[in-house]
Amino acid sequence: MILVGELSLWIALVMAVWATVASYAGGRLRRGELVLSGERGIYASAGFTVLASAGLLTALVTHDFSLKYVASYTSANLPTVYTIAAFWGGQSGSLLFWALVLGIYSVIAVMSNRTSNREMMPWVTGTLGVVLTFFLAVCAFGSNPFERLDWIPPDGRGMNPQLQNPGMAIHPPNLYLGYVATAVPFAFAVGALIARKLDAEWLGAVRRWALVSWFFLTIGITLGMWWAYVELGWGGYWAWDPVENASLLPWLTGTAFLHSIMVQEKRGMLRKWNVMLVIGTFLLAILGTFLTRSGIVQSVHAFAQSPVGQWFSGFLVLATIASVILVATRLQDMQPQAELESLVSREAAFLYNNLLFVGIAFSVLWGTLFPVLSEAVKGSKITVGPPFFNSVNIPLGLLLFVLTGVGPLIAWRRASLANLRRQFTGPVVFGLAFGAALLIAGMRDGYALVAYTIAAFVTGTIAQEFWKGIGARQKMYGDSFLQASVRLVARNRRRYGGYIVHAGMTMVFAAFAGLAFRKEFDLTLRPGETFAAKDAWGREWRFTSLGLSRYEQLNRQVVALNLQVTRDGKSVDNIVTEKRQHVDSQGNPTFEPSTEVGIQYDAKGDTYVVLAGVSPGERAEVRITFNPLVIWVWLGGGVMALGGLIVMWPPAMRRRTQAGYATALEPEAVAATLA
Amino acid sequence: MNARAKFLVGGALVLGTAGYLMASSISETAQYYLTPGELATKVAADPGFVETGVKVGARVVSGSIKRTPGGREVAFDMTDGTRSYPVVYRGLIPDTFTDSVDVVVEGRLGKDGTFRATVLLAKCASRYENAPDKEKYKNTKGYQQAKPSKVT
Repeated sequence: MILVGELSLWIALVMAVWATVASYAGGRLRRGELVLSGERGIYASAGFTVLASAGLLTALVTHDFSLKYVASYTSANLPTVYTIAAFWGGQSGSLLFWALVLGIYSVIAVMSNRTSNREMMPWVTGTLGVVLTFFLAVCAFGSNPFERLDWIPPDGRGMNPQLQNPGMAIHPPNLYLGYVATAVPFAFAVGALIARKLDAEWLGAVRRWALVSWFFLTIGITLGMWWAYVELGWGGYWAWDPVENASLLPWLTGTAFLHSIMVQEKRGMLRKWNVMLVIGTFLLAILGTFLTRSGIVQSVHAFAQSPVGQWFSGFLVLATIASVILVATRLQDMQPQAELESLVSREAAFLYNNLLFVGIAFSVLWGTLFPVLSEAVKGSKITVGPPFFNSVNIPLGLLLFVLTGVGPLIAWRRASLANLRRQFTGPVVFGLAFGAALLIAGMRDGYALVAYTIAAFVTGTIAQEFWKGIGARQKMYGDSFLQASVRLVARNRRRYGGYIVHAGMTMVFAAFAGLAFRKEFDLTLRPGETFAAKDAWGREWRFTSLGLSRYEQLNRQVVALNLQVTRDGKSVDNIVTEKRQHVDSQGNPTFEPSTEVGIQYDAKGDTYVVLAGVSPGERAEVRITFNPLVIWVWLGGGVMALGGLIVMWPPAMRRRTQAGYATALEPEAVAATLA
Repeated sequence: MNARAKFLVGGALVLGTAGYLMASSISETAQYYLTPGELATKVAADPGFVETGVKVGARVVSGSIKRTPGGREVAFDMTDGTRSYPVVYRGLIPDTFTDSVDVVVEGRLGKDGTFRATVLLAKCASRYENAPDKEKYKNTKGYQQAKPSKVT
């Protein structure tokens, strides 16, 4: 099976090359049979990539340590779930995984367009073929997961203990699913450009793929933050590390696109911009992979330096040049069909939204590449740290946050004073009142006050929309409150799914603002000793050490500190934090000792305890952090993903009647949505 | 002024603010990222360079790590092959910190030639990537040479 997998990789590569050549030739010569053959080439290439992946998985699960990849990332006593996760845990395996996902996506994209978009499909298929060829070639020549050692180790290195975490097992595939999905809209953009079919049609084909990408990136980024939080032990979840930034960049431009696409659908504007966003998102996804794999920027997440970086930089340069030429020669095909009529309109809100998203993306890119740029220009590497990213992105992010509330409610084309008054009076009053209440309650952090005021305003706008919609349904159909809320969302998925995404984003912003109120204590505890402290909410915590225990467990030796905890005098769950020494199947220590953080989750804020070490006399060196509202980052991320899922879900047949009903009730709002 | 022009003015304002924020915060937070050799050159050229906050990327000299019991403080030597400096660091020591790893330290070089680090990051490139060491296993029971294989 392993041999079959290895051979399949090569066959898949040949097939991908054929798919590219046949599709482009078929499109150029307008030969149907070549186009068809190209599409079959995609199917075949994807099929053989599946076989290759099955081969690598077999090698991992059967512990064939003669494969360098298997020996480098797993050991005989590694739990099965992580043995499987090792497929995407290392360099060459993750590249094969990427090719696998791309193959499957390509098959879906090609199959679902067998009878539609025929003019551009040869070019779309060919472009997917190019990307697939690239990844398979990197796998085959640059970093082959089937490379063999010249000896058979009795056991493998094992997996880095920090990667042995459920979040880490599912975080990378989600990110890859998101990254790779940017390739499909890119292929459609290239196809539409070459075929000069730049009307709204290609957007329809692309929108769902952009959503798929957004959905998985959102989940992937959230899981990545969660992993960093529970596993790395520094108490935070985002450090503006290049690898983190690399995943954020395509998310930012992809989110911008999901908004600007609406402007093109409704008003025929932003046609060039949308093409460029789609292409840019894909290039940023490739750039992100390049940054993380080449070692060109300093990151804690270091992959070994490898020739793979050069492959990616080469591909990136070629793809950028080709895209620029393609867009430049097609500019006259993308004239806007309407002009901006007023600054007080939904179009304008979306334009500013896009400006901010792209501005944030640019500043993140700039900060990430700054060491490289400064070395090229001034000859010395200069880095910028988190303060740079924070001081630029907090104000821009807050502006964007305001638009989250404004955009969905303001009318298209030109908002009347009546529209503004009707939609915004309630939420604005609510937001200001909330901010004032916080100020009176004693909150003094400027940014946090602004953030919570805006959060309340946005929450107000969303609540108002649901309230109106549900009320209308109740009146019209006599639905119960619950029925009305479910049907309201189910029958207007795009609109209300979007609101749910915004609600999730609001939770995340509220949690970010909570960072201003972190408290951190470093202390030493003898068995029986107690430490007392107050968190940001003024709750009194007491931690009493029950002493250290030492034991063996699965593939590790553990030193654990058990703390008895009370909050405002009431006893709550104990917190346990561990130092772990991982061992291989022969009992030899592998890797350095790793820390297992003890976290007590709470809606108001987490209590986060790290065992730094043990001093003579069984004195535990401990860091205790009160992290306000952190849990809302994960919950908000989940809500965003849920909203994305609702928006993506295939439309129901009854949408038309729904629109008709709403017209009767709220003519202006519907006119705004339909316009 | 039509809406388009107004939008452009607004956009320029937003981008201008963003640009200003970027420029001003770069000068505030920018730090040299040096190797020990480059740091030595800088200090030789300008003795006032000591006590300037810098980032240094280097490798931990094997065997030089002296941990204070309790895991809160560590002293070690870092080198890039041309120059080495003693480093003192107080704080949580990352799990991946050990002999011969690549580290990034942030802090200041003192007048006494000791680097006082406030941030210590350890990279684990080799740990993620390396296959098991052949020599280590040569004399163990399970060791076997792979059969010569045509497929590489």
